[in-house]
Amino acid sequence: MSDNVLFAMEAALNGVTVGIMYSLVALGFVLIFKASGIFNFAQGVMALFAALTLVGLQNGQIPFAPIINAAFGTSIHNFGWNLPSVVAIPLTVLVMIGMAWLIERIVLKHLVNQEPIILFMATIGLAFFLEGLGDIMWGAEVKRLDVGIPQGMSSWVDETTYNLFGYGFFIDTLSLYALGIAAVLVTGLVLFSQYTKQGRALRAVADDHQAALSVGISLRFIWVLTWSIAGIVALVAGIMWGSKSGVQFSLSLIALKALPVLILGGFTSIPGAIVGGLLIGVGEKLFDFLMQPVIGGATENWFAYMLALVFLLFRPQGLFGERIIERV
Amino acid sequence: MLYREAGDFKTSYASDNQTFPIRFDRYAYWVVMAVAFLVLPMVMNDYWANSIVVPFMIYVIAALGLNILIGYTGLLSLGTAAFMAVGAYATFKLTTAFPAMPIYLVFLLSGLVTSAVGVLFGLPSLKIKGFYLAVATLAAQFFLIWLFTRYGWFFNYSSTGQISMPERSMFGVTITGATASSTAVYFTCLIFTVAMAWLARNLTRGQMGRTWMAIRDMDIAAEIIGVNPLIAKLSSFAVSSFFVGVAGALMFGVYLGAVEAGEAFGINKSFLVLFMVIIGGLGSILGSFLGAAFLVVLPVLLKILLVDNLGWPADLARHLEIMIIGALIIVVLIAEPHGMAALWRTIKDKLRLWPFPH
Amino acid sequence: MKMTTFAALLAATTGLAAPAVAQDLHFPMLNYRTGPFAPGGIPFADGYQDYLTLINQRDGGIGGLPIRMSECETAYNTERGVECYESIRGDNPLILQPLSTGITYQLIPRVTADGVPLHTMGYGRTSAMEGETFPWVFNYPANYWDGASVAINYLLSQNGDSLDGKKIVLLYHNSAYGREPIPTLESLAASNGFELVLIPVDSPGQEQSSQWLQIRRERPDYVIMWGWGVMNAVAIQEAANIRFPMDHFIGIWWSGSENDVVPVGAGADGYTALTFHGVGRDYPLYDDIQTYVVDRGMAAGNGDQIGSAVYSRGLYAAMLAVEAARTAQELAGHAQINAAEMRAGMEALSITEERLAELGLPNFSAPFDVNCQNHGGGGAAMMQQWDADTQTWSLITDWIQSDRTLIGELATADAAAYATENNITPGCL
Repeated sequence: MSDNVLFAMEAALNGVTVGIMYSLVALGFVLIFKASGIFNFAQGVMALFAALTLVGLQNGQIPFAPIINAAFGTSIHNFGWNLPSVVAIPLTVLVMIGMAWLIERIVLKHLVNQEPIILFMATIGLAFFLEGLGDIMWGAEVKRLDVGIPQGMSSWVDETTYNLFGYGFFIDTLSLYALGIAAVLVTGLVLFSQYTKQGRALRAVADDHQAALSVGISLRFIWVLTWSIAGIVALVAGIMWGSKSGVQFSLSLIALKALPVLILGGFTSIPGAIVGGLLIGVGEKLFDFLMQPVIGGATENWFAYMLALVFLLFRPQGLFGERIIERV
Repeated sequence: MLYREAGDFKTSYASDNQTFPIRFDRYAYWVVMAVAFLVLPMVMNDYWANSIVVPFMIYVIAALGLNILIGYTGLLSLGTAAFMAVGAYATFKLTTAFPAMPIYLVFLLSGLVTSAVGVLFGLPSLKIKGFYLAVATLAAQFFLIWLFTRYGWFFNYSSTGQISMPERSMFGVTITGATASSTAVYFTCLIFTVAMAWLARNLTRGQMGRTWMAIRDMDIAAEIIGVNPLIAKLSSFAVSSFFVGVAGALMFGVYLGAVEAGEAFGINKSFLVLFMVIIGGLGSILGSFLGAAFLVVLPVLLKILLVDNLGWPADLARHLEIMIIGALIIVVLIAEPHGMAALWRTIKDKLRLWPFPH
Repeated sequence: MKMTTFAALLAATTGLAAPAVAQDLHFPMLNYRTGPFAPGGIPFADGYQDYLTLINQRDGGIGGLPIRMSECETAYNTERGVECYESIRGDNPLILQPLSTGITYQLIPRVTADGVPLHTMGYGRTSAMEGETFPWVFNYPANYWDGASVAINYLLSQNGDSLDGKKIVLLYHNSAYGREPIPTLESLAASNGFELVLIPVDSPGQEQSSQWLQIRRERPDYVIMWGWGVMNAVAIQEAANIRFPMDHFIGIWWSGSENDVVPVGAGADGYTALTFHGVGRDYPLYDDIQTYVVDRGMAAGNGDQIGSAVYSRGLYAAMLAVEAARTAQELAGHAQINAAEMRAGMEALSITEERLAELGLPNFSAPFDVNCQNHGGGGAAMMQQWDADTQTWSLITDWIQSDRTLIGELATADAAAYATENNITPGCL
């Protein structure tokens, strides 16, 4: 095979793994949108907040240390312990569940039945708040996140492809793990929503709020549940992206990468998020590979949106979105 | 108390349809105008002019533009900052190519250029709706910024990749550049803001505005009663982009003086203007003013209060500031989901009936 | 209640415009401890503030006058930067260091009109080294083009003075900042016979797999990086992933801080970066900082940044500012200097080895002189290398001089264009 075909294949393969990383972020959006019709702008900040909390717990940081020090003239920073990931991750999950509960109590409860754009705006307020809170709690400096997922070139892929084609493909081990984790996550979510009582309630609410209410499903419980799950998904996304770049403010910007995925896959479809991620990932890597010599690189930011736009012109509700039926 | 009126005595269509149906509001409007044109320039120092009032007015224009699109026509746009960038780059290209052109004309032409670009990116709106439409405008956001950083023609092949505003004057008064007095800058922005607000108000209550609102309320129904969705949607994009383009031109020309596309017109700015429109009130001219005040003036006031008056560390104050703004957004929405303009309307209705609410 | 708060606010802001009556030297700090680039802003701010605190605590200020510091948070946002500038410009500021190229471009025309010296150390507008066109702007001791030239000179020294037939990739932040070195590198590529491959990364740069796949395909001999923020850490991580030899990967000084390498862990070992000042805590001055600043509980921020690469840069910036103020006081003959006198002091600044040793920072900086024509200092830099085991940077070369003839030519051309665009007649003040 010619070199260029091999290179293109490598780029596409990397697109698959990167696409899965996008999907991990997009999943959180889909979950909340499906259950409550809210486009949750705060999803990216939630990922950042979850990752910050995880690192803070792991390193035994004292939350709000700068404020405490400023107020009482102390100079405390650290509890002086190092929690292993197996303890710190469940603790972070608890924090995210607590946060979901608080969000429902303080914000969503008062905004039942409002228009989508109002709810969207409320999540923006939430995003601002969490952004400030995360920094005050844990500090704004870059933190290293290591939960034991190996990184670096996967030798196995390299050798296998070398034996097959005479050119070793590069795949990051981390993204292979991301593939596995995404698979587990999606299977888990599907099983949960298909085979548990709460899951069925969740689907009922997604289908029709009022009908669900009338058969005795607690809307508020369902909302706490979805936001908790979205919080956990945000934690997973935060861990995967945070392992790559360290935990810092920019982590919250990955939400922008998830938007075209979301739009392409449809706001309401979990498989859509995965397929959309794959399409965007592969598309942008191949486009960059082909067009780089012609128009220069750094096209990824807009290409994803252009791709989504072209798809939408043919399918205005996204690939897997529910069909929009309009009546006068 | 404030409002003294009795009954509803409108005898003509014009009086029924006027902008300020209540006499007290008309007085208030003239008082505000008098203060803005006569009193403020006298009492305001440079700091207030340059860092609070001027950006506030520029954001008002941008918010008005976006409000036409989102509030009046119901088309969601997340590409405001890119359209502002078009206005800014058009100003730069026009004024460097034709140095003699009057600078106000340059700003207006930049608005027209932005209009054309806006219509182009508005085309998908004929097919795509709701949050999905956001993608078309986001594509504009990222693509245009990429274009402006990628191709040297836009920044006259300057090695720095920045565009900077040369000094331009009108009627012998320096309007742009660092030597422009804050009064000249203030009046430029004020004239544009007042003119644009007047334009927005009159467009939205005229035929055009009604077709937009018909599309917003239900596009299929509007189409059936004879509104042409193609013309309505594209005209809304054109007008909205014109406003946004002028705002971008002013932001570059008189306020910042030098910009780089990615930094000054990033996605964050698009979101910022969107927040103004929603917080202020969709489909309300007053809302655009209130929203811009909320998100431009309030942070500065909070900063002054926390840092300069209470002496808190700047970083802690900044973190608290965004937490407070976040919390206030939620509080406003819980109190009145339709924004601050609706809140004001409720208050006004109560005031009009006071002290006999029944 | 509302009215009183408002009145208080009004009073506070109008009060700012009143001239300072107190006898002190105002050094405003335009910091960013929040926002996307906070990890870079925090250590710089800490270093800058700690040095000024040290001067106040140990020497009672400069020439007997205490330094008054004011802090304004810009969040790396140009509009906030303008707001900060407007709020301090009536308060007799002596020197501004915004640590942001974007804010610098806003400020250049403003400070020129208002007469406030602007020091952009290792960032900002490169052609501002032409002091006759930019009388109020200084960018000593080194600028981006120096950085590009030093990197190539270093590579020349590594390769027996020839880069003929080598392939060098420039991985850059796709912004005005990242594009800065391209003309210099292109012209160096032509004269030294190496092939230059340009690979942009879009901001913020969290996802760079296409770029690194391309680097893997191109098999370059060296990669030079012009990155900022999260882009750095991701690039170093990706380089480690594709097993690119780390000592063949060179970052500009803004890509050479702990923030960039620590998140990568062991994989970053051997990564090199440019620096125009010393690193680490092995300077006598740090004893004073410990005694007079840290032990007195006056350390800026959390006090955990001391000795880091960007902290050293902040400290260096403050040191140069203080030395300039000292020179200004000598020139003016009195201690209470104003901004114009400060500018004269900066223009007459001379950093010598003896002076550095006196300050407790021997060989921390290359010696250089500033004059009216040259606001750009000497243009020398060193290479530092990261050791992941000890988590420290160590200097691996002595000072490497940049090719100032070439840079001078490029800068003169750019400054001349600026002068015609803005109707400036170059000349000394």
